[in-house]
Amino acid sequence: MRMHPQIRSMVCRVACVAILAIWGICAALPASAVAAQVRIGVLRVDRPVLVPVSRFDAKPDDLGFAGGMLGNDDNQTTGSFLGHEYVLETRAIPPDETQEGVRSLTDNGAVFLVVLGTGDDVLTAADAAGPDVLVFNAGAPDANLRDTDCRANLFHVAPSRAMLADAIAQFLVWKKWDRWLLIEGSNPDDGKLAGAYRRAAAKFGAQIVDERVFEDTGGSRRADSGIVLVQRQVPVFTQKAPDHDVIVAADESDVFALYLPYHSWEPRPVAGSGGLRPVNFDATIEAWGATQFQGRFEKLAGRYIHPEDYNVWLASRVIGEAVTRTSSADPRKVRDYLLSDEFELAAFKGQKVTFRPWNGQLRQPILLTDSKITVSVSPQDGFLHQRSPLDTMGLDQPESACTAFQTRSNP
Amino acid sequence: MKRPSRMASVAPVVGAGLVGVVTSFLALSGPALANKAFVSNEKGNTVSVIDTDSWETETEFAVGNRPRGIGISPDGKHLYVCASDDDTIQVIDTESYDFLWSLPSGPDPELFVLSPDGAMLYVSNEDDNLVTVVDTSKKTVVAEIPVGVEPEGMAVSPDMRFIVNTSETTNMAHFIASADYKIKHNVLVDQRPRYARFTGDGSTLFVSSEIGGTVSVIDMLGETGPELESKIGFEVSGVQPEWLQPVGMRITSDNKWLFVALGPANRVAVIDVESREVVRYILVGQRVWQLEFTPDEKYLLTTNGNSNDVTVIDVAAQEPIKSIQVGQQPWGVVVTPD
Repeated sequence: MRMHPQIRSMVCRVACVAILAIWGICAALPASAVAAQVRIGVLRVDRPVLVPVSRFDAKPDDLGFAGGMLGNDDNQTTGSFLGHEYVLETRAIPPDETQEGVRSLTDNGAVFLVVLGTGDDVLTAADAAGPDVLVFNAGAPDANLRDTDCRANLFHVAPSRAMLADAIAQFLVWKKWDRWLLIEGSNPDDGKLAGAYRRAAAKFGAQIVDERVFEDTGGSRRADSGIVLVQRQVPVFTQKAPDHDVIVAADESDVFALYLPYHSWEPRPVAGSGGLRPVNFDATIEAWGATQFQGRFEKLAGRYIHPEDYNVWLASRVIGEAVTRTSSADPRKVRDYLLSDEFELAAFKGQKVTFRPWNGQLRQPILLTDSKITVSVSPQDGFLHQRSPLDTMGLDQPESACTAFQTRSNP
Repeated sequence: MKRPSRMASVAPVVGAGLVGVVTSFLALSGPALANKAFVSNEKGNTVSVIDTDSWETETEFAVGNRPRGIGISPDGKHLYVCASDDDTIQVIDTESYDFLWSLPSGPDPELFVLSPDGAMLYVSNEDDNLVTVVDTSKKTVVAEIPVGVEPEGMAVSPDMRFIVNTSETTNMAHFIASADYKIKHNVLVDQRPRYARFTGDGSTLFVSSEIGGTVSVIDMLGETGPELESKIGFEVSGVQPEWLQPVGMRITSDNKWLFVALGPANRVAVIDVESREVVRYILVGQRVWQLEFTPDEKYLLTTNGNSNDVTVIDVAAQEPIKSIQVGQQPWGVVVTPD
């Protein structure tokens, strides 16, 4: 998809708005209000990818960046009343240039970085940025980043695989679809996702009655003539499974999961990577003021929102909210504030989102979508936790081996 | 028509001076004098009309798409309804329910407030970060005022000096001078401020923050202008704190009691204005959204979006007395003046 022309002129527009606003509206502020500049860098690590199974899953050129623009717009409107100026800079880079990408942004003065990439990319970026820069992971779902490999300067707005798997598991258990047929892909990330589903099944009392691996044999995913083949392969692949209520698909590589609904041997619903999917956000949600948010995004970007856009918007709003409340753009002060009980943010998901102080993960509801509408939102009713129902999803404090957050004020 | 006996005993007080408005109703139902409550049904695209004497739904008529904010002219003749998805405010005759004309509202009008004299409408336009000022008799836009992200709550100070707007994503109450339509003060409040309401004497402004779960108390007589005095929180045993989401508010004209709709907590909190303390939670329908008194303040009506009904609260007793079925997803409510 082509970049909307509006976005190209975004950096200029933000700056103009800021100047107008500061001269105009801020005239009313007391003289003590000092203009502070907040520079946020967005780094996206791009890899060659195959054409997705569904045309709807094609990645737009401005993936993530458009969310960053909207977040910056939102921050700037608020900042204009307080004398704060927000500047956004974006970079799309190949994987072997992550460190250079980080440096080019921090050399320009960015003290907040939002990173879209794999878990390894995020760790490389966090380490290259150093302790004086706060890094926000907007894409990687890996458990190790929230566990043994956590970093004191690294926060996660993207949900972990564990959160996503727990969100689906709660819904399936609430439906009393307790017997799962787990099908995983053959790539490493598929295996990690399958692991999250095994963990979720054990956590919420579901039973995995059988596990199968769907081999990724490579090649093109174009379905010019492929539907006939799928229609013959999937029934046979899912044949002779023990009695099950639902098929759970772990297919992060986007190879087979979308083909499972309707083609499975038994007439069973599909959840996970196909059928009912857990997402942080998508274009289906309208509740809790999301209609207005979707409208603002679509007007800016000329397309529907992707989870990556939402995550970058969210990271940007997290930073903006902390700057607004602390009147400081100092990453150390922002970090302390984010980890304190004071921090809370409205994120169009029906309740405030906050950070887990033990590993820097943002607590948030997870949407369950059939890709047309929002089917449900987890946590489900009745899943309780002594701290917050949101902590029924993902790594709870005793389960996380992260120690980098034990001393707060010294990132 | 069924009528509980306790209602009948109240009717003469309620109906004083309303003969003209309810003539047609009188012909059907005898000597009772009543006001009308109009309820906007966000999903049903209708307005329900409730008789405040019999507490029965009299009728339901069609309006524009996604009706939310609703108001009435001081003389009780004109009903104003925000048709959010039609980007307009519809003006409707309160007796015939005929559509009269539209007012320009700016895009996606959600909520508005009328100036006490009825001359001006102040509309929040969620999609464009604007407050639009509309002259109700000339039917023209007088001013557009840039405010924070997702403007929502609107209020006018009793002395008409300030128009207050709350912006849901910026999390501020903006104080706009009615003299020049410029923002003079901004006060940060908690997440997603939904609604603003002045005490009758104008000394205090209450702002409800839906996601923050608090009501901010703003002292209008601060040294440098309006300043945050305190925040009121809520706690109901057996209800998750996340679901205590304050939205609509009303204050009795003696400035003693503040009623706060708590959204998905299905309760209305009663706050002692003087002590700033919650004294009671009244169980009402599901997802309680906006509130309105009858003109005598004997009753408070609540719109309950998810149970499609209106709860009638006895204000003195602070008890719910009746539920009335209305259209789909009731959002706002107004009552004709005496």
